[in-house]
Amino acid sequence: MAEIIQEDSGHKKGGKRRPKKHSTHIDMTPMVDLMCLLITFFMLTTAFSKPKVMEIVMPEKKQDKDIAPVVEAKRTMNILLTDSSRIYYYIGIADPNKLPLPDLIKSDFSKDGIRKVLLEKNKKLFLSIDSLKQKVLKGEVNIPKDSIDGAIKKMKNADHSGPIVLIKSNDRSKYKNIVDIIDEMAICNIARYAIVDLSKTETKMLDSAPR
Amino acid sequence: MPKLKLPTKSPHIDMTPMVDLLSLLLTFFMLTTSFRPQEAALIDTPTSISEKQTPDKNVMTILIGKDDKIYFNIDNGRDTSTKVRANLLEEMGKRYNIAFTKEEIAKFSKLSSFGLNIKDLKKWINAESKDREAMEVGIPTDSTDNQLSWWVFNARLLNPDADVAIKGDAEASYKTVKKLLDMLQEKKVNKFALTTTLVKVDIKASDIK
Repeated sequence: MAEIIQEDSGHKKGGKRRPKKHSTHIDMTPMVDLMCLLITFFMLTTAFSKPKVMEIVMPEKKQDKDIAPVVEAKRTMNILLTDSSRIYYYIGIADPNKLPLPDLIKSDFSKDGIRKVLLEKNKKLFLSIDSLKQKVLKGEVNIPKDSIDGAIKKMKNADHSGPIVLIKSNDRSKYKNIVDIIDEMAICNIARYAIVDLSKTETKMLDSAPR
Repeated sequence: MPKLKLPTKSPHIDMTPMVDLLSLLLTFFMLTTSFRPQEAALIDTPTSISEKQTPDKNVMTILIGKDDKIYFNIDNGRDTSTKVRANLLEEMGKRYNIAFTKEEIAKFSKLSSFGLNIKDLKKWINAESKDREAMEVGIPTDSTDNQLSWWVFNARLLNPDADVAIKGDAEASYKTVKKLLDMLQEKKVNKFALTTTLVKVDIKASDIK
């Protein structure tokens, strides 16, 4: 400090001291540094793509005295899931009093697996929903998105020929399998499906099913 | 011969446009940001075609880890004034005879998901955030001490219209999920939102012969 003062006094040589002209430029480097840091921070912490949800509504737990709803046997399609992503299906109802039991047909989660079967069964409904979607896409019908969903719902409710899919799984399957199969229902526009428990007969069928 | 003087350029660059742009970006990010919630475990959700957005507020989330550990998370309801988290902790404290101090309750309402026995919760709240993860061993769900069902029960009492979301790892076993669904259905929750990652699947009418 003292040195500076000395130096200052040394420069004063009687002459008029001109006020030093300050440059109009401000050094913005520290500011820019800080801003870059903040931007990086916000860019990294921000979550743009929010996770999506798939909604499922489960049937209310029935009391023991309630009678199980009667489903048309030939429309019923049972999908059984088990360990290592194995998947089987059969049509109809496996009744231990009515032998022989239906055969389990093996399938898989690929494009040509269970999806093909479901689409085949649900052809009528799928095609009508698909044609509606195509029309909206091409601009032939101009309706807001909400009413498209409403219209699809109405079509699903009015459908009486598509399959009634019962999804059953034993304890050895993974959560992924369940989500995948519900997703297949959404892909194939299945109007009626439910997640239900395995019956004793079906557990046996599944255990003895070929790998 | 006089030397030819080259005009020396000032080493200063005009940073004003850059600053303008940066401040614009900064404002944008600050306004749009919604912080990624800190989660107890890394959960790799399964994929689906659903395009429905996760609800922002008023949601109760049950997380299932890869190793079938169960975590629970609830937000503060419609707005922070409802104080669902604080009330929930107080209720649970009463049930299990644990007195949580005011500070602990205040701290808890700012935290996120947790997955441990309520007896260790006091320690967990007071722990450093880096030590918390090691303490989370999953909420007990066995029939003798089904703490998760009490969390859900009290949460439903305090905030009946909260959505129930299940965020399970793809590799979690169905057994755990089924137990959870059964428990929730007992508590009269019949509508669930399963958290998934969007993957588009396109099938055309021509695929069906």
